Amino acid sequence: MTDEQAIAQPAQQSHGRATRDSSANASLRVLAVSIGPLIAALVVGAILLLAMGFNPVSYYSYVVQRAIFSPSGLEATLTRMGPLLLIAASLIVAFRAGIWNLGGDGQYLLAAVFVAATVPLTMNVLPVWANLLLGLLIGAVVGAIWGILPAILKAWQGINEIITTLMMSFLGVSLANVLVKLAFLDPATTTPQTRTLPVEARLPRLFDTATSSGLLIGLFAVIAVHLIMTRTSFGMRLRLVGANPRAAVHAGLSVPTLTVAVFAISAALAGLSGAVDILGTHGNVRADWNPAYTLTVVPLVFLARLNGFGSIAYVFLFSALTIGGESAARRIGVPSFFSLVIVAILLITLGLAEYLDKRHQERVRR
Amino acid sequence: MQAPIQAPAASVPAPSGAPVVALRGVTKRFPGVTASDNVTVEIRSGEVHVLLGENGAGKSTLVAMLAGLQQPDEGHIEIDGAPVAVTSPKQALAMGIGTVFQHSMLVPSLTVVDNFALGGVWWKRPDRAGIAGRIEETAKRLGLRVDPYALVSGLALGERQQVEILRALMRGSRCLILDEATAMLTPHEAVGLGELMRRLVAQGIAVIFITHKLNEAIAYGDRISVLRLGRNVGEIGPETLRSATDAENTERIIALMFGTSRAGEGSRGEHRTRVVGDSVLQVENLCSEAGRVPVRDVTFSVRSGEIFGIAGIDGNGQKELAEVLAGQAQSSAGSIRLMGREIGGTSVGDRRKSGLRYVTDDRLGEGTVGIFAVATNFLLKDIGAAPYWQRGIEHPEEIRRQADRHVQDFDIRTPGIQTPVGKLSGGNIQKVLLARELTGAAQAVIFAKPTYGLDVNNIRATRKRIGGAADAGKAVVLISTDLDELLELADRIAVIDRGSIRGIVENGEGARDAIGRLMSAGDDR
Ligand SMILES: Nc1ncnc2c1ncn2[C@@H]1O[C@H](COP(=O)(O)OP(=O)(O)OP(=O)(O)O)[C@@H](O)[C@H]1O
Ligand SMILES: [Mg+2]
Repeated sequence: MTDEQAIAQPAQQSHGRATRDSSANASLRVLAVSIGPLIAALVVGAILLLAMGFNPVSYYSYVVQRAIFSPSGLEATLTRMGPLLLIAASLIVAFRAGIWNLGGDGQYLLAAVFVAATVPLTMNVLPVWANLLLGLLIGAVVGAIWGILPAILKAWQGINEIITTLMMSFLGVSLANVLVKLAFLDPATTTPQTRTLPVEARLPRLFDTATSSGLLIGLFAVIAVHLIMTRTSFGMRLRLVGANPRAAVHAGLSVPTLTVAVFAISAALAGLSGAVDILGTHGNVRADWNPAYTLTVVPLVFLARLNGFGSIAYVFLFSALTIGGESAARRIGVPSFFSLVIVAILLITLGLAEYLDKRHQERVRR
Repeated sequence: MQAPIQAPAASVPAPSGAPVVALRGVTKRFPGVTASDNVTVEIRSGEVHVLLGENGAGKSTLVAMLAGLQQPDEGHIEIDGAPVAVTSPKQALAMGIGTVFQHSMLVPSLTVVDNFALGGVWWKRPDRAGIAGRIEETAKRLGLRVDPYALVSGLALGERQQVEILRALMRGSRCLILDEATAMLTPHEAVGLGELMRRLVAQGIAVIFITHKLNEAIAYGDRISVLRLGRNVGEIGPETLRSATDAENTERIIALMFGTSRAGEGSRGEHRTRVVGDSVLQVENLCSEAGRVPVRDVTFSVRSGEIFGIAGIDGNGQKELAEVLAGQAQSSAGSIRLMGREIGGTSVGDRRKSGLRYVTDDRLGEGTVGIFAVATNFLLKDIGAAPYWQRGIEHPEEIRRQADRHVQDFDIRTPGIQTPVGKLSGGNIQKVLLARELTGAAQAVIFAKPTYGLDVNNIRATRKRIGGAADAGKAVVLISTDLDELLELADRIAVIDRGSIRGIVENGEGARDAIGRLMSAGDDR
């Protein structure tokens, strides 16, 4: 034993030296790899804007000005983050456990509709805080219910959840619309929409600003999910199932039960997102309304490598881009979906940066 | 066999010719280790060149560079004396370097035929029947048993290895690399592969053969290079190899490998009898249709302190039997009792809780998670257990302490406990698995090929630990293709063939012959 360890010594020592030499370089490289793609994406976006006949400098400065530097814009940006962060939390749980719950839009919208249909009625009998709690609960439960079928099919029949969740999502969105137009219609208005929760009965504002406390719920959810996935035994089990289901079976985990649990949590968080959006911002659901957050948040959580804190940063960026982009659409005439274009370009530039970094590392070693 | 051998026709007259492939001053560094350190090796046509070295010495890294999977940081590769850069596996194949890797490179969700067809051009529909025909024909000539239409995921690891050998040979290589190709074979099959290597070199092919079995190295090798900590520490040429006795050669090799001559299979043959106690694991008329090989009417019982060996050619239901016992596959009839209690209907987790352990041989497929840290892999089967988790919250300090202890006790060569286990050498991954399974309490333990891929020192240590488990009163089931291992450790040995037990032999005088007769009785059918 002893002489074998002696042999192992030199290898470990040289290891220490090698890491110290490269650590300064490494942090520089990390910076370049994370900031570089963002700048590149903005530059490519600028070229597109030029080609479309807009002045990119004025567009970008307008977006930043409106979304971050004007008080009302920043408040709108932060408020929008609430539901987006809940969706991010929903996706992180599922993706880390290797489950592709892409049905968030249906889970979100159905939850929103049921919340909007209930809380304006119950507000007369419940105190405000209890009414809000009831709304959040309804949202989570409705979302979770809409995840049951794909969960069961995946857990015990092995049916691919990408297809079932997407189909349930189409169904959910259509059902939500039907409910708004037929069952939950507000008799007092002519536009097809649900009853409206009055502003006083909505989620409280933060301090003296117009920012909804939905932001706190979102932040709490993402951070909680991050900590659960990285620090607890439950999260460890989920990660094991996600990384290698056969190893999970071999280790004696009940993969079907865990699959159902993941679906329940993920779909409940998506439903909660719908509840927060209604209770905090909209107050009602209009017919044919569908913000389709889920599929736009998917790339964001992947950009953040399914890391909770990284997701907060990307969600902030995206929220600012959309809020600023919506103003810019009105003022400058650049279509509001241009913010999605920027996200798409960012995905590509980040991928490229990673590829170039890997090649570079290989070349340096040679 | 005509196709593969076309190229070196010219060099046939000179059996030990010029180097076909050479590594010159090659260095390869990974984070935390220098896997190859200024290595120079020449591979000549008509020679079996054996690479030896302890676990983590850098053998597979050399293979990866020759096969185009890794590029050297320094130095270069020469083919026919000209420096070349091998930048992809495809290019390596085109240059005539065919490789059987240590860990299966087959696509598990495809059949054998489809795996062979993968290299073809994309715009042509593969000629599946034609390929299947050639597979069967080549397999027959080489004495291998391969079903071209079997799904790879259903094959035992030994069978996958045979499929890979076949694939490398059918691609017409001038230089064939076999990285631990005999690890999963029975002694009989290993002899077959050895004879095959001799036939191939006689036809002018160069073979690189990596093994941990020194007797194979001496029996089939023309030239032996020994690696230690990434460095080439010595070469034994054909003249020396042939003139010295096997014992002298072994001693010389061990001295090169470990820097001492104190190693080897010292305890060979001296099988100890233990005090056996009450019956712990009872299996009666067990049947299962869950796997590819049905388990048929298996009955045996193992007592406390007893090692029950299961011998047989890989792929004869060993994997299926182990999985049914562990609860990973369904039984269709029969009973399994642990300490008198029926466990046949319970889940994997429950069986583990009641004291049954299964040490899998599929270390990468289910035994470990390659992207998880070494420290995490030690705990895959104890997630949530104290003191590593308390009320569900992880305690990194405890986890680290346990990991450090395992790394020390089992001599696991890793840059650190946070290194992803997939980055370790094959033998060291096996040690991670064993460290996890050989600690803690259990009533009965099923070992599937526990020492495969380990170097001689680690084999000795592991066998000692398995014996120790039995000494401590556990009932041990030892599944192995290595008859020597079974004869050294087991008290009784069963022979399994096509899912049923052919017979059970008491270990002792004449056991080897009795087992051989039972095994060949199966072949006759
Ligand atoms: N892809 C990789 N990334 C990081 N380290 C690696 C990688 N491949 C190999 N190593 C390291 O290089 C060293 C040599 O490994 P290698 O696989 O060549 O050993 P080996 O001689 O084949 O051992 P074994 O007999 O156990 O298979 C080991 O310390 C291993 O951890
Ligand atoms: Mg190896």
